[in-house]
Amino acid sequence: MINGWVDDLLKRRVLAVQEFSGLVFNSLRAAFSPPRYFTDTLIQMDIIGFGSLPIVLLTGFFTGAVLALQTYRTLGTFGEVGLLGQAVSLSVVRELGPVLTALMVTGRNSSGIASELGSMLVSEQVDAMRALGTDPMRKLVTPRMYATLITLPLLTILSDFFGLMGGYFVSYYTAHLSTAQYWTSAYQALDVQDVFQGLIKPVFFSIIVAGIGCYFGLRTTGGTEGVGRSTTQAVVAASVLILVFDFFITKFLIGIKFT
Amino acid sequence: MDQSSSIPVLEFDHVSLSFDEKPVLTDISFQVEQGGTLMLLGVAGTGKSVLLKLTLGLLKPDAGKIKLEGQDVVPLPESELQPIRKHIGMVFQEGALFDSLTVYENVAYPLREARETVEATIEKRVREVLGFVEMEQAIDKLPSELSGGMRRRVSIARAISNRPSMMLYDSPTAGLDPITAHTITVLIAKLRDMERVSSVVVTHRLQDGYVLSNFIYAPGPQALVAASTHGATDHTPATRFLVLRDGGIYFQGTGQELADKADPYLHKFLI
Repeated sequence: MINGWVDDLLKRRVLAVQEFSGLVFNSLRAAFSPPRYFTDTLIQMDIIGFGSLPIVLLTGFFTGAVLALQTYRTLGTFGEVGLLGQAVSLSVVRELGPVLTALMVTGRNSSGIASELGSMLVSEQVDAMRALGTDPMRKLVTPRMYATLITLPLLTILSDFFGLMGGYFVSYYTAHLSTAQYWTSAYQALDVQDVFQGLIKPVFFSIIVAGIGCYFGLRTTGGTEGVGRSTTQAVVAASVLILVFDFFITKFLIGIKFT
Repeated sequence: MDQSSSIPVLEFDHVSLSFDEKPVLTDISFQVEQGGTLMLLGVAGTGKSVLLKLTLGLLKPDAGKIKLEGQDVVPLPESELQPIRKHIGMVFQEGALFDSLTVYENVAYPLREARETVEATIEKRVREVLGFVEMEQAIDKLPSELSGGMRRRVSIARAISNRPSMMLYDSPTAGLDPITAHTITVLIAKLRDMERVSSVVVTHRLQDGYVLSNFIYAPGPQALVAASTHGATDHTPATRFLVLRDGGIYFQGTGQELADKADPYLHKFLI
């Protein structure tokens, strides 16, 4: 009986992964054939990208600042305060920028997408859409996937920059480093590998952010309460997946050598 | 034209469907002729809405054939069903209007989906159909600002804006006060008699069925006149009744046959 239960659980997990992969694959593929919904994609880019800008920039700035504060003490014990720029830029560009940006956008948009699609599903609007001859995949999922795919890397770049700015303010006012000292060390520390790693991560994260939101939204059952449940599940699943994937992407990319 | 009128617009041929081994519909067969009306009666949970979703291909049956104008739609993939669905107007139970779009955009939706790009053409048609359902004053409102009856009327406007050849109504009068419910019934008759649209109407109000089978639409303050006094019976396509019980067909026939039948289950609908 326990065997049957475990069997059932595993099957459901595998099925969920299969359905999720199918959703991601089909929604991305849909952009290569008509009908396409450019206007919807632009609207979603505005909501997901531009709408997330304030929180992403704030998060980036204060992360960089607090990172500088913390490493300042450690570096001070070795008398190497001059490396503050390097310490901030490496951590922000490789790790904190992409991950924290993705987590903030998840909190804002995976939940938003899941609750919007979930409400549309329980109020029969998705069925109405199908009845009017529209493929909900093309109309609802594809624009959200591409909007996130385009805007998340851009948000990450801006967040990285604001993180470096935060680090700079702390270095300048608390550690009394000169402007040139901080930015030179920050700039020289980065090589192609770091920037590449920092920019490839948001591409994977955007699939998680939008895909999980759409997936949980479109499998909502049980009315208003169900919408709340899907929203929570989407945020939890997306956040955890981002952290797990971050580890594996980093592990994989560290193995790749750039000349 | 003559040839197409001999083929039923909708035909169910021994259709069965189960959800998780629980039968929902068993062995359903019926036809709707060109311009005809089918009244689908039954208590809640007898599979009436499921039957409409099967017609649109939103659900697939386990067995049987569903033919739209002679073409079996059951084996068709989603991509081939989409163009077919554009010729069918569906009015959902609660309207199912897109709540983030205005009334104008809701009604314009099927036109934009049909690749109509000239805004003037879209606006002309939107005003025309909103005028048809007498909702022109609400053109810039959001669905949340409308009453239940108004939402149904906008939903009908959205369903007819792309000139469908068949209309499906899922409990269009449910939950409305008797006067509002009557205006919806009048609209269904108006569509049938002025635009010659075939329709399937799911309802639990037998009254709607009697109004639709015994009256025809006439422009004017009265809106409905008795079909018999106007001698219109010969060219008014028949209204047929289908009563579902426990997922099977319990009764099929005309309104008169339904009224004459002394059956305790059917009798419950008559009071």
